[in-house]
Amino acid sequence: MTSVVKRRLHLRHETRREGVLVLIIVLVLFGFSLFIENYLSARLFNRVSTSVAILAILAIGQTLVVLTRNIDLSVGSIVGFTAYFVGQQLSLNNEIAPLVAVLMAVGVGAGLGAVNGFLVAFCKIPAIIVTLGTLAIFRTLLVEYSDAQTILTVNLPQWLLDLPRLNVISFERLHLRAVVVVMLVVAVLFQLLMRYTSFGRRLYAIGSSPEAAHNAGFPIKRLVFTAFVLCGALAGLTGFLFLARFGNITVVAGLGFELKSVAAVVVGGINIFGGSGSVLGAVLGASLIDLLENSLIRSLQISEFLRDALLGMLILAAVAIDRVLMKRRRGS
Amino acid sequence: MTGTSGENSGSSASAGWAQPVRRNLFALGSSLLSWEGFLAFLLVCVVGLNIYNSESFLSAGNLINLFMLSIEKVIVVLIMAFIIMNAEIDLSVASMMGLSACALGWMVQQGVPMSAALALSLAIGVLGGAFNGFWITVVGLPSLVVTLAMLIGFRGLARVIVEDRSIKAFPEWFENLGQQPLIGPFPFALILFFVLLVIAVIVLSYSGFGRKVRIIGISQDVARYSGIDVARVKMLLFATSGFLSAVAGVLFAARLGTVRGDMGLGFELDIITIVLLGGVSIFGGTGSMFGVILSIFIVLCLRNGMALSNITGHIQTGVIGTILILSAMIPNIRNVLSGLISKRGPLG
Repeated sequence: MTSVVKRRLHLRHETRREGVLVLIIVLVLFGFSLFIENYLSARLFNRVSTSVAILAILAIGQTLVVLTRNIDLSVGSIVGFTAYFVGQQLSLNNEIAPLVAVLMAVGVGAGLGAVNGFLVAFCKIPAIIVTLGTLAIFRTLLVEYSDAQTILTVNLPQWLLDLPRLNVISFERLHLRAVVVVMLVVAVLFQLLMRYTSFGRRLYAIGSSPEAAHNAGFPIKRLVFTAFVLCGALAGLTGFLFLARFGNITVVAGLGFELKSVAAVVVGGINIFGGSGSVLGAVLGASLIDLLENSLIRSLQISEFLRDALLGMLILAAVAIDRVLMKRRRGS
Repeated sequence: MTGTSGENSGSSASAGWAQPVRRNLFALGSSLLSWEGFLAFLLVCVVGLNIYNSESFLSAGNLINLFMLSIEKVIVVLIMAFIIMNAEIDLSVASMMGLSACALGWMVQQGVPMSAALALSLAIGVLGGAFNGFWITVVGLPSLVVTLAMLIGFRGLARVIVEDRSIKAFPEWFENLGQQPLIGPFPFALILFFVLLVIAVIVLSYSGFGRKVRIIGISQDVARYSGIDVARVKMLLFATSGFLSAVAGVLFAARLGTVRGDMGLGFELDIITIVLLGGVSIFGGTGSMFGVILSIFIVLCLRNGMALSNITGHIQTGVIGTILILSAMIPNIRNVLSGLISKRGPLG
């Protein structure tokens, strides 16, 4: 009996937070299933999981940056730029191999992320200023580069258009899409990276105390730079998936994604001042946000216009709950 | 009497205290020179380029027009400067502008008398701001998170009210107030802006409240131990922010004569950019209203000048983003330079 109690006390804070998120997700599923007929269906899983995959990858990148006590507000513009750039290359040359296209997207994203990282880490400009600036600059690049042209689905190669519907495993009508598998692989990879490698632990250390990290002799500049590059690379990957999912890409592609990714990170329990939180939390946060969005659209009782108002309140509630949990832990 | 005795003792023992004072004055002067001086230099460049590009730039009509096109933003800039000096941020201002404007339009359409509708819209602003303030001061959440949530939330409420219609139901006098000159060539919004500007300068530089705002920005703990009611100051700031955003929203509705759910979308970035370019530190504590005023002029002239030479809105935003990053690099370069100078030895 005592050993159970002890173990519960020793539950890591992050684990407890993830547990609360899973609980909230289950409650949301249960709540909506009371209102909407045939809510808990294979279709819901297929649709939500595909849409979560895009946001979750972006949120994982944002997590890396937020953990170091920085923020990347330019990810939406990076998503838009890579989606457009890769889309254009593929329209011009349908022969480009899928792997090359993915690498191109990741590379462009990493390059744009490196611009952010250089300015933040080496020029010592606050991240919020840098990425507020590059949010505008990357979007301007896209507008200039695109010359107000639109990427059209008809010009894209067939394999790309088939990608969102490609299933890895199907169980009756329940499909595990390839996109979702990509997201899961990225999530597991980064969860392990952050939990068990010295690189990951050092990112946490920088976020929880920059002075201590400095005194410990960590190469802070290089680590922060790497975090931004990885965030950009993941935003590039998101851009590729965005292209595959929507096909038609205009200059406003990915607009507002930066706020959605920050919201996912915050709901996922990552401290906005760095140092605590997990990749798994970010994935759960993204899932919760997308699940709510998708469910509210389908619910007939709630006007679709109420969606954003509720979403705002949800973010506040999630953060407030987290705050209460934190305080109780400090108290005990 | 005390004054003269102080002077006497000062001149006799000047070595004791005059040097640090002079050094402080020198440091103050040089920092003013390098920051506000840089902004003034930038402004002169922008204005010079604009005049070179088109002679009509300096006409009174164009100058008033230049202000009126962004009057809603620059009104909110004033309170945003206070909030950022307080080491907080309010991302929800643009959504609040949209919400108050939509609420006003909807109430007028429902037959609520204009004066009551106006009062209620402004009250929504105060309530919304206080709502932000509640989560920040009482619950203790970071303002970045709270106002990010309300950026989504207030915008959502605005969309709930008007859905995807646009409402055009205002009485003629209200639209005239937003579009026609009130006194001489100056429209009401412009006069209001300058009145608010004077109030902001006085409050920030010459009142106890302004000093409290800065001290909290420098160190919240120090402020709390000095007996400052930190929560009250922050609450007041966020409520005022909501109120002024609502004022800006109502003025926006008057200027356009119609309201839509997406009014003011994305304005928060422009507003924050102006404040940061004005030399207000994102970490709080430092910054002056003078720098912010210069920054307002720079951004407005730049946008106007680019518009006059047919540069599109997206590139304008990119240019302003570049200037924001460059201007944030200036203090670092200055630090490196002053580091080199101090290595060579003291100047005075």
